[in-house]
Amino acid sequence: MKRRKFLQYAGLAAGAATFPLNGFSINPLPRLPFLQALAASGNPYERVLVLVQLIGGNDGLNTFIPLDQYDKLAGARPDLLIPENQVLSIDGTLANGLHPSMAHLRNMYNDGLVSVVQSVGYPNQDYSHFRSTDIWMSASDSEEFLETGWLGRYLMSEYPGYPTGYPNPDMPDPLAIQIGSIISLALMGDPNPMGFAISDPDAFYQFISDFPEPAPNTPYGNELEYIRLVTNQAETYYDAIKGAADVGQNLSAMYPAPGANRLADQLKIVAQLISGGLKTPVYIVTLDGFDTHSEQIDMTMGPTVGNHAELLRLLSEAVGAFQDDLKLIGADDRVAGMTFSEFGRTIAENASFGTDHGAGAPVFVFGKKVIPGIIGTNPDIPQITNGSEDVPMQHDFRSVYASALQDWFGIENPESILSETYPILPIFEAPVSGVHNTRGIDPFALGNFPNPFQGATTIRFTMPESAQARIVLYDPSGRLVDTVADRYFAAGENQVSYRNNSLPAGQYVYRLEVGTKWAAGMMLVK
Amino acid sequence: MPEQTLSRRHFFRDLAAKGLPALANRPAGSLRDDKSLQDDKRDHPALAPTLRWDDKPAVVGDLTPYNGPWTPELANHLLRRLTFGARKTEADQILALGSADAAVDFMLTPPASLPDPPVNNYNGPDFTDPTIPPGETWVNVPYDFTGEAEGYRIESWRGWWLRHMIQEPANIREKMTLFWHNHFAIQASIVFVGRAMYQHNQLLRADALGNFKTLVKDVTLDASMLFYLNGYLNDKDAPDENYARELQELFTIGKDSPDQYTEDDVVAAARVLTGWRINVVDLTSFFDPTAHDTTDKQFSNFYNNTTIQGNVNGEVELDALLDMLFAKNQTAEYICRKLYRFFVYYVIDDAVETDVIQPLAQIMRDNNYEMEPVLSTLFKSEHFFEAYNMGGYIKSPVDQVVGVMRNFNLDVPASTLYDEWLMLLYLNYLGNAMQMMPGEPPNVAGWPAWRQAPQYYRNWITADTIRNRNVYSDILSLYALQTDNDDLTIDHIAFAEQFANPEDPNLLIDDTLRLLLPQPLSAIKKGLLKGILLSGQATDAYWTSAWIAYQNNPTDQMAMETVRFRLSILHKYIMSLPEYQLI
Repeated sequence: MKRRKFLQYAGLAAGAATFPLNGFSINPLPRLPFLQALAASGNPYERVLVLVQLIGGNDGLNTFIPLDQYDKLAGARPDLLIPENQVLSIDGTLANGLHPSMAHLRNMYNDGLVSVVQSVGYPNQDYSHFRSTDIWMSASDSEEFLETGWLGRYLMSEYPGYPTGYPNPDMPDPLAIQIGSIISLALMGDPNPMGFAISDPDAFYQFISDFPEPAPNTPYGNELEYIRLVTNQAETYYDAIKGAADVGQNLSAMYPAPGANRLADQLKIVAQLISGGLKTPVYIVTLDGFDTHSEQIDMTMGPTVGNHAELLRLLSEAVGAFQDDLKLIGADDRVAGMTFSEFGRTIAENASFGTDHGAGAPVFVFGKKVIPGIIGTNPDIPQITNGSEDVPMQHDFRSVYASALQDWFGIENPESILSETYPILPIFEAPVSGVHNTRGIDPFALGNFPNPFQGATTIRFTMPESAQARIVLYDPSGRLVDTVADRYFAAGENQVSYRNNSLPAGQYVYRLEVGTKWAAGMMLVK
Repeated sequence: MPEQTLSRRHFFRDLAAKGLPALANRPAGSLRDDKSLQDDKRDHPALAPTLRWDDKPAVVGDLTPYNGPWTPELANHLLRRLTFGARKTEADQILALGSADAAVDFMLTPPASLPDPPVNNYNGPDFTDPTIPPGETWVNVPYDFTGEAEGYRIESWRGWWLRHMIQEPANIREKMTLFWHNHFAIQASIVFVGRAMYQHNQLLRADALGNFKTLVKDVTLDASMLFYLNGYLNDKDAPDENYARELQELFTIGKDSPDQYTEDDVVAAARVLTGWRINVVDLTSFFDPTAHDTTDKQFSNFYNNTTIQGNVNGEVELDALLDMLFAKNQTAEYICRKLYRFFVYYVIDDAVETDVIQPLAQIMRDNNYEMEPVLSTLFKSEHFFEAYNMGGYIKSPVDQVVGVMRNFNLDVPASTLYDEWLMLLYLNYLGNAMQMMPGEPPNVAGWPAWRQAPQYYRNWITADTIRNRNVYSDILSLYALQTDNDDLTIDHIAFAEQFANPEDPNLLIDDTLRLLLPQPLSAIKKGLLKGILLSGQATDAYWTSAWIAYQNNPTDQMAMETVRFRLSILHKYIMSLPEYQLI
């Protein structure tokens, strides 16, 4: 299947059409309100963090503009600075505004969906892209080389032994998915990479489409196609990802056309996989081109247009559509995103209408469960003497990581991942229970495996104490179609196997009810 | 020779218990115990005059000598097919010869001498050879009737063989040795005598580029083959047809043509071959006239009603039998098709049959079954160097195991003899996890990839084996294969330093791909590769300055790690491309 064809099918999916894929028929129903309610309130899934890497070093001063420093900035970057009356104002402060390309992000901020952490960096700034990227990915000190990434270490602590014994009923899906690059250092474990890389959106569609990219009609091309096909299917997580992609869908109308926004294309896939039920807790997407040494702005049209304006537009549009999609698919309670770049840029502009490598820059964290607002103060813009002045670090980037680990993922000891203690910043709402020792929010740890399935699947759950419990199955319209179990269960882990004899292919919700408490999960019948 | 099943099983179980790398574990029972041919040998359809798959493109060109420009791409192609993987130094060496003609002559000229025999490198915590001290060869010792030492000697031999595939300079001999092993396929786990397997293997190596007819005779009288196909039990009072059948079906005439020998021919040939026995002291063969059938043997119309006169000297009858087999045109045609499938491609359509196979078979007959003129003609041909035909060959597991090491100039580390033994054992069992270990073909018909239609090479590629191929290249590029005292791992920086312009990311990637892949990569994929070196940046100069920073200060660990890390990911990624599985 060619990519265009796939997208056509994906479009059909929203209309509840049945289409044959991979030899079996899937009925990709839209998420009805009933399903959303069950899925959301039952919380069968876990929290997800999406990292948006801005490659090249983003100019934070033209992104999140410190208006109380405007005069000093105007002196340092007379050509580049956004005219004051075109800066997008945000609710609640006159001291900051956003680049005029970032209307979507401004709306999100005003809706209480964004936290801005000011001047994030690290001591002893390294101005090499490579080193600084490695430092951010590994969460090392400036003078240190770590062979593992901060997320790799986090995932190692949460999923010990990986990849031995994975996938399994508790974690049937990839631990991390990276789109847009190859095995980021951030996902390196010891010794195994903890993530799954999809090189670009095209590769993703090839991966899930059964028809890899065309090869020449020669013996070489012929054998290559065969190996590609087997390689795809050999991927441990092929079934999980393809299964999620087959039923997952994007509901937002805000996404730009495919190919028009390279970041939106990636985030759209992330939303599709989340919607399809993938339990993957970490995604990384990338937007490149931020290394704006020259022509950061359009030399004739002025500072509000040009390369940097275009990049920020891509970022803002993509994040806006993604957040809208998360809301529509009912996943915004459990997904948060975070932008970062290897460094900021010099305060002063250079002679090429650009800026050079700098230090601190703002980090944007977005999502329904972030604590909105601005953390930290505006940088104090100094007198420019030699042009190399940059924004000093106000928050160590590992403080942001520690906050994500503790308050988003519920890790008790972020220092075990980051090797030192860093201040926790008020970025994320902590998990509902306030208990920081589990990833999950569902007290029953409900799940089923395999999923999707044909024939039989096993439903697993943990009973806090022995009690009477009932498991029932609903079809997409909310009709109760089967009772899986209704009996006394012992405390601890329980398993119930469910054999499907009559249900047509599609998406079903099963619900575990114990007294007044309940949890729900989604199962996909192939 | 006593049956060794028990000790063999114990041996492999012990090996598994010792903790080979997880994926190299092979359950003791999974070794094929059944040396008799299963049905799967007979499942390949006779090669009908037209053999064609509409979905598989035909290859092009004929045996006309190639006289075009001699390019790096062609030199690398020659190395990839005739050895187990191209090294940069060898690619330069072959290219410098200036023409395909000179390069092929060079590749067909192996060293005059045979490699030194394997030694006891297996004395260690688990086993001490009662007879042979460490460092001394075990190939002259009597058979160990307890069977225990033999298991270690077999693995010592297997590792020795693999080491020669890794270390052999640029010539065809080791690849031809494997070709003959696949042709005269025997299983070391069944023969289970180290000395016999060593002798058999050296025989294949010594005759690798010699005379096919001579080789068939030598193999017929080889102790391992006599044991493996029951020749040593073949007696005038109880003829055993096993070898006589395979001699015709698999080693000479083949089953390609509908015009065939008869069952009576099999019986008659078995009677010709009665009386050959194994000397268990030195593992040579000898002729026992008292066990030989001295009556006349009558063959069918297929063999022009030949009669082989009974003779008290079995060798006279054997020579007569071989003369009869080699008088049939099928013999040369059959072996030429096997050569073609082993070195060129598996699809033999009308054009290839007419333009390549038939003329090659004629050359073989005209040269009295000398191999050199046949190989020389094939490898110097336009057909072999036609760009359209390049890269359609799926690597065998041995191509992969040995190929990564040769591509990246790795040698087998040997801090101690035991480290060397263990490392080679790991490598062989990693290959086994990809479904191929030298010395252990699935049966006497050899590996299915070189004979079983319609899948042929694709037999190598399954979800499991492709993963294991990638695990192997991941280990060597990102981690290390470890013994107590040694690490086997790729030196990424040294690899890049071989090229003329490692500071230029475009040239570095082009040079790297030219060595490692058989065809150019798409611009999109090349862009992805460059993205690894540049960490996604758009400016080539960032790689250049990182490389130069390292060159200027190679002891600066940070500068070194910055380039080493990116190169390691680059190399890992290239080797996990499906394209890397093709040569």
